[in-house]
Amino acid sequence: MKKTAEIVIIGGGVSGLATAYFLAKMGMKDIVVLEKGYIASGSTGRCGAGIRQQWGTEMNCRMAINACDFYEKGNEILEYDDDIEFKQGGYLIIATTEKEHEQFKKNVALQQSLGIPVKHLTPQEALEVVPFLNISDVLSATYCKKDGHLNPFKVCDAFAKACRKLGVEINTYTKVEDIVVENGRIKEVVTDKGNIATNKVMNAAGGYSQVIAKMVGIDLPVYSERHNILVTEPVEPFLGPMVMAFQKNLYIQQVPHGSVIMGKGDPNEPRDFTIKSSWHFLDEMARIACDTLPPLRGLRMVRQWAGLYNMSPDCQPVLGSVDEVEGFYMAIGFSGHGFMMGPTTGMVIAEHILGQESELTKLLIGMLHLSRFEKGELILEPSVV
Amino acid sequence: MSQNKTIVCRCEDLTLEDIRELIKKGYKSVDEIKRISRCGMGPCQGRTCRDIVLSELAKAEGKDISELKMSTFRPPVKPVKLGLIERGEE
Ligand SMILES: Cc1cc2nc3c(=O)[nH]c(=O)nc-3n(C[C@H](O)[C@H](O)[C@H](O)COP(=O)(O)OP(=O)(O)OC[C@H]3O[C@@H](n4cnc5c(N)ncnc54)[C@H](O)[C@@H]3O)c2cc1C
Repeated sequence: MKKTAEIVIIGGGVSGLATAYFLAKMGMKDIVVLEKGYIASGSTGRCGAGIRQQWGTEMNCRMAINACDFYEKGNEILEYDDDIEFKQGGYLIIATTEKEHEQFKKNVALQQSLGIPVKHLTPQEALEVVPFLNISDVLSATYCKKDGHLNPFKVCDAFAKACRKLGVEINTYTKVEDIVVENGRIKEVVTDKGNIATNKVMNAAGGYSQVIAKMVGIDLPVYSERHNILVTEPVEPFLGPMVMAFQKNLYIQQVPHGSVIMGKGDPNEPRDFTIKSSWHFLDEMARIACDTLPPLRGLRMVRQWAGLYNMSPDCQPVLGSVDEVEGFYMAIGFSGHGFMMGPTTGMVIAEHILGQESELTKLLIGMLHLSRFEKGELILEPSVV
Repeated sequence: MSQNKTIVCRCEDLTLEDIRELIKKGYKSVDEIKRISRCGMGPCQGRTCRDIVLSELAKAEGKDISELKMSTFRPPVKPVKLGLIERGEE
């Protein structure tokens, strides 16, 4: 392990790895990534890995468009010797309440104005996209054929390999235990494998972001929350798009390999670091999924697991530097949608650190800075699960 | 048939050669191999393959099997139809 570094990035998930990649690509030397487990062992390797451009704020639409463009060319850009398995089968998002239906009209107008190929469908038209959808309680649906999902392990594997080729040092099974700050500046990172002298640290620790921030004396207004997910045996392709419902807090997708993955939020989850699977989830999930897509009744589920959402007060991430400590950067609080934003996160943080900010980076750093919570400038995104 | 072509994971059709190749590339735990290759993610949930993967890892690292970490056993124990769970018959 290096003894000194230009920057130490804490977290080997999509956020940390993408940032390391963009920094190295833009010419920074001596980048070290520290990961306490293996690559993608945090939320990234546990997530649904869906990407949608169908958001209700311009900011999120633009973040997702940028990330989608990257993922479309991901194998080539990263010169990956495998496949990140980007399936663009679309997202079909269903409205089951009048309020959602009204909101979808506004969302679609916004999305179309930004060039996103989205359509507002009647229940009958939704049936043309997913023929066996139970439309008894569906008022309308929106569909964007360019949305989809990826294989999160492969995405991280691709970033990690590209990073190593560019000279980034990635240390797995290395846990950050403390960060030394002197006169308001980052000095050193303390790990269970030794210390690294550095003036810059990036907090990309996902569900543990608040623990890392504490090390430099910052109390983050975020908490972590367990989210369960399950997968069935692989079967012949039958489900093109990801089916999602905000009101039911639900998403269901079939990955290219054939398995069907589904998850569901639960407002009663404990706010801690628990990631044990829960039985309660399985009962609820089976009921609501079979009701929404009846053919699922015949599928056998083979595995259930869980991961953490790092929740911020407005369910939007915190990006960029902080006023309190010089050299401390963050990309945290993704509140359940940080995988899809990964490439944008990496680009934005790298441009911000190197002082080469594009228009999108300026916009995002301006809006997503930590100080927004104190100033009361919260972002109101209607389309979150 | 050479020993290397022995099927280790029947669900995902992975051979001993595939597993040894991944270990050589630097994936150094049952969890890492499971996630990159799906070995142990199929309907049998790793009932045969994970012991073989573990012993291959132990061999490669020159360690005893007891020193290595097994992946988490996740519910359910046997694949079960969603329709049965829905009706509360699991
Ligand atoms: C069930 C579920 C479904 C989801 N579905 C989606 C989806 O469909 N689309 C989407 O965009 N997002 C989804 N998400 C959210 C997504 O997983 C996260 O927003 C995203 O993966 C965050 O990536 P990250 O790199 O910031 O964090 P992580 O992937 O959690 O990476 C942080 C890493 O930091 C490491 N770390 C922590 N503390 C330390 C330390 N002290 N020292 C060293 N390393 C440390 C951890 O081990 C971890 O690997 C889902 C999440 C869950 C749980």
